[in-house]
Amino acid sequence: MSGLRVLVGCKRVIDYAVKIRVRPDSLGVVTDGVKHSMNPFDENAIEEAVRMKQKKVVKEIVVASCGPSQSQETIRTALAMGADRGIHVEVPAGTDANLQPLAVAKIFSKLVEKEKPDLVILGKQAIDDDANQTTQLLAGMLDWPQGTMASVVSASDGSLTITREIDGGLEDISVSLPAVISADLRLNEPRYATLPNIMKAKKKKIEKMTPDKLGVDITPRLKILNVVDPPVRQAGDKVPDVTTLVEKLKEKGHL
Amino acid sequence: MIPVRQCLKLTPLCSQIRHGSRMFPQLKRGSFNRITDEDVNLFAGIVGQNGIKTEELDHYNTDWLNTVSGFTELVVSPKSVEEVAAVLRHCNGRRLAVVPQGGNTGLVGGSNPVFDEIVLSLERLNNISHIDPYAGIVECEAGVILQNLSDKVGEHGYTVPLDLGARGSCFIGGNLATHAGGLRVVRYGQLRGSVLGMRVVLPDGQILDGRSNMRKDNTGYDIKQLFIGSEGTLGVITDVSLLLPQTPVSVNMALFGCDSFDDVIKCYRLSRQCLGEIVSACEFMDSLCMTSVNDILGLASPLEDSHPFYYLVETSGMNMDHDMEKLETCIEKVFESGCATDGVMAASKDQARHMMSLRENIAPALKAVGFNYKYDVSLPIQHMYSLVEKIRNKMRKTEGAFSVGYGHLGDNNLHLNIITPQYCTQALSLIEPFVYEEVSRLKGSISAEHGMGLKKANYLRYSKDPSMIAMMRSLKDVFDPNGIMNPYKLLPWND
Repeated sequence: MSGLRVLVGCKRVIDYAVKIRVRPDSLGVVTDGVKHSMNPFDENAIEEAVRMKQKKVVKEIVVASCGPSQSQETIRTALAMGADRGIHVEVPAGTDANLQPLAVAKIFSKLVEKEKPDLVILGKQAIDDDANQTTQLLAGMLDWPQGTMASVVSASDGSLTITREIDGGLEDISVSLPAVISADLRLNEPRYATLPNIMKAKKKKIEKMTPDKLGVDITPRLKILNVVDPPVRQAGDKVPDVTTLVEKLKEKGHL
Repeated sequence: MIPVRQCLKLTPLCSQIRHGSRMFPQLKRGSFNRITDEDVNLFAGIVGQNGIKTEELDHYNTDWLNTVSGFTELVVSPKSVEEVAAVLRHCNGRRLAVVPQGGNTGLVGGSNPVFDEIVLSLERLNNISHIDPYAGIVECEAGVILQNLSDKVGEHGYTVPLDLGARGSCFIGGNLATHAGGLRVVRYGQLRGSVLGMRVVLPDGQILDGRSNMRKDNTGYDIKQLFIGSEGTLGVITDVSLLLPQTPVSVNMALFGCDSFDDVIKCYRLSRQCLGEIVSACEFMDSLCMTSVNDILGLASPLEDSHPFYYLVETSGMNMDHDMEKLETCIEKVFESGCATDGVMAASKDQARHMMSLRENIAPALKAVGFNYKYDVSLPIQHMYSLVEKIRNKMRKTEGAFSVGYGHLGDNNLHLNIITPQYCTQALSLIEPFVYEEVSRLKGSISAEHGMGLKKANYLRYSKDPSMIAMMRSLKDVFDPNGIMNPYKLLPWND
């Protein structure tokens, strides 16, 4: 099997190592001036596509991202890792926090119509909303098979064998192409974008689009009511001996 | 050419510890008194029973590198400046020798007893008294661990102007006493420039209160500067006020692979020209360093191929777009000029941390391989690596020996390390005094940032004029006439 076209999705999110702060209006988190990077699961998705290209299973990698103008940096990182060209579906800054999985899945389904890939690879979930929905919604819209939480992917004649990480352990499935899969962390070790490749990536094409041009309504269906910090952990009590421990447990009604 | 993989076999460390006195057999114990039970009881009266330790003293007696070890039988840990003063007053009166100790992360055997000197630990003086969020000033005690200080001031948007690999263990008092250098000198300057005030206890128990939060104060002699870098030989630092830089908002890291040290220097020059004031670290390492951290600690190189040299540059600024623009220009120029053949830029904080950890873990990786002869020297930049090559050549017939070079390129500070399976005087004789003679010939410093301690004290003349050394001795006599403060350290006892 060779010569496949792959569409990979990536999202620009707050860097996972940053300490998150809730906005004073409690409707979200502070993003201004905060370090952003590519969603870690999306790095795995791009890496897998690049490895498949190195094995000559894949011929072309198209990377797409929905977001504000800075999403282009994320696309450039993907291009530097080895993707061939990019698509930036731009939404106005500030509204991107309300760009929800249903809208993203609709956008990707239009991109699939346009690009006609044989395979779509997305990251399992974004670390900002932890939704884990876009892959499944997209597969449903396209009526394609899905292989989610993939930790091993191997290709053979028109189909893929996928090992999925599930609650009970690991599950092996086989899906026929075209298909949608979502990458889990253990799928691979993403490569660094090397500087010569970063320079080369500047010459790769990024096509710009908007949801309007694709004919997609991205009005959010869910409204965020309130965002709060988790409650501060209360300090515990130190007790000198077992007798006191038992007394205290009884006092607090745990025994 | 020594095959790299062969050198990197792990060897047991138990045979490595050299008692300070055995490393220098001609070093004789000074005419100090010995501790009695009465002394111990008196100290317990000052610092409390919790502040006295007479058992399990290995980790106070032995240095982090496992190369020197003393014989102290008593560790005293005061919890206030008054207690420090009372302890020293008694030691001075009784002529008992004292070694002040912080995090015990020093690399020149300066923080450990050589014989039975009492260890005065600053571990209980660990209070951060005050942070001024407007002026960016912190007041704290000497026993605060650097990482803790960094975390605390970080809550207010400030950072400590000092960063080094030992941050999880070293105390700020020790950093001051040794005038530690580290990764950020290239950006924030030397530590002594950030010290606004200090409180010190003199060997006779007198408290010298130089505490101040003034950024500018030209009223008389700046005595605190004498104690900074005095390595505990003039008194004990108990409190400090530090000026803090803003925590940068945007931090970036790039690692370049270069074919020669000349290329590294070109890379460095270009990067400073393009990046200007946002540069916050410029480090280099050779290929054996990279192989060591790969093989021994399992830290992978972000570059596909191995390169003879690596140049690491970090930028820190307050505006991401501005910094990225500068970095992109820098990268273009570097590759256009051909002084790097490959490179990576960190795409996330995680990647940046990993790249810095490659540089910071060289010392721990080498420590695991065998006995480390460590040299920390300042040299004119164009001669920095030639010293490594000369030493490598001298050691070519010594079985299992290999030499590496890495360090703070931006400060012209080379860390030269020679590793042999075990300590051996024959290897040492090939290295010393050759290294010091070479550095002296090039008018460099035989100790750029690690200090003199025990190991280098006798070589002071290689970097300091006799008149300077004589003046140092006079000052030592002024502050410590009985010579009880950290004897056998810093000043030559046998040259």
